[in-house]
Amino acid sequence: MSRVLSRTGLLVGLPVVLLVTWWFASAGSKSFYQPPLETIIKVFPDTWTGARFKSDVFPSLIRLFIGYGLAVLIGITLGVLIGANRRLRSLLEPLLEFLRAIPPPVLVPILILVAGIGNPTKVLVIVVGGLWPVLLNTVEGVRGVDEVLSDTCRSYRIGGWLRLRTFVLRAASPQIVVGARQALSISIIMMVIGELLGATNGLGYTVVEFQRGFQIPEMWSGVFVLGLLGVLLSLAFTLVERRVLNWYHGARAAERSGH
Amino acid sequence: MTTSPLTLRRAGDSPALLGLLGIVGFAALLEILPRVGVLKAEYFPPTSKIIAALFDEFGRGGFWQAVVGTVTTWLIGLAIAVVAGIVLGIVIGSVPALRLATASTIEFLRPIPSVALLPLAIVLFSAPIRSILLLVVYASFWQVLIQVLHGVTDVDPVARETAASYRLNRWRQARYLVWPTTLPYAMTGIRLAASVALVLTITGELLIGGTKGIGEEIAVAQSSIAVPSMYALIVVSGLIGLIANLATRRAERLVLAWHPSVRRELPL
Repeated sequence: MSRVLSRTGLLVGLPVVLLVTWWFASAGSKSFYQPPLETIIKVFPDTWTGARFKSDVFPSLIRLFIGYGLAVLIGITLGVLIGANRRLRSLLEPLLEFLRAIPPPVLVPILILVAGIGNPTKVLVIVVGGLWPVLLNTVEGVRGVDEVLSDTCRSYRIGGWLRLRTFVLRAASPQIVVGARQALSISIIMMVIGELLGATNGLGYTVVEFQRGFQIPEMWSGVFVLGLLGVLLSLAFTLVERRVLNWYHGARAAERSGH
Repeated sequence: MTTSPLTLRRAGDSPALLGLLGIVGFAALLEILPRVGVLKAEYFPPTSKIIAALFDEFGRGGFWQAVVGTVTTWLIGLAIAVVAGIVLGIVIGSVPALRLATASTIEFLRPIPSVALLPLAIVLFSAPIRSILLLVVYASFWQVLIQVLHGVTDVDPVARETAASYRLNRWRQARYLVWPTTLPYAMTGIRLAASVALVLTITGELLIGGTKGIGEEIAVAQSSIAVPSMYALIVVSGLIGLIANLATRRAERLVLAWHPSVRRELPL
């Protein structure tokens, strides 16, 4: 019992101390840009109402999920093709290395120019940001598959879809998951940037509107919402990862204890 | 393995040559597609025009100022993040109680997307460079910190016990035991942080403006609809990224020249 207590104490102790410090340090704050924490929390329910969720938060989330999903799907498909073919890999590797080095946000002005500021552009912005980590990690994962297993597949004449599903994708999945994880954080960033540079609704757009309208407590509450979104999505990803890579973590643990 | 006929390389199969072919092929494709009208030349200028715009940029003084500005902001931000990440990482990592107490806070703060802080950064600092630096440092700090935290716990138990039986004092343990174990991890963190910091530097310049930098040049080119210049500047940002990647990889090999993971590799 006392063990559970001390564990929870360690878990929530520092966050509580930090929040309390912030609360009291900012309490009588007259600074326009650093309102008291109390004020920020007070405006929160009025700012993030059901209507606001419907008009700004959900559209953002839908674009994020579509864009992220497409990035993962395209990244894995191209990654398997490139990773499995040695010549194609040598042909494309330097090019991909260069394309990856371009900071994705600088492509946003071009995309807006080409495709306007509609929903397709905002989804596209997320795809061009999230694609690279998935693609490059899949290439690495497919390249690094176990040769003995690969030969075993060949001698059992396991080919085509069955080989892809039960061997290649599975063997590469730890790497693919690493890429998908990086892609998730980049996707959130690209979602916000896409909305900052050209949008009429959305989470990022709302927060910047608050900033431009000098609604500072509302702006702070928006930053909270964006931060919370990042934290929740990363938590969700960890849960999914545990399920998908259960076998891998188990095998790794067995390997370690075997030594 | 190398004698098997399947793995023998045919002539004209050298990776370097194929790689060059890939880049030339891509450039040729982007030259032809707009010219035959598959892509709108207005939005997708042919490669030759982008290269011409690139050379125009090279001849412009403001361009080089922008390059220097971007690199300076990047290095300052990276340096702050690296020093803070290593110092805090070693302090937190070596004290188990501190480590447990900070774990939840770190797990909560780390996934906050750095651009979420953008409006805050703008209103908190009147100098644009400080707003940009806030984003850069916030994004890259975690990369270093997490790696250093992993590194500090990776100290070989036998080495630790040896150090204890030789009665190495705290400082000597940190110097000869913890630091060499942590360094490879820290270098990985620095390599990741370097590329994140560069992305955030250019992004900050693009979104906040007000400082000399490639990002701002892109914003200017965008507002004057100078499409080939925009593409040329994007190519430049990619080149800076590529050089930064190569430089950090080089630095990693230099710093870790003594480490088995580097020593085992054949010299390039």
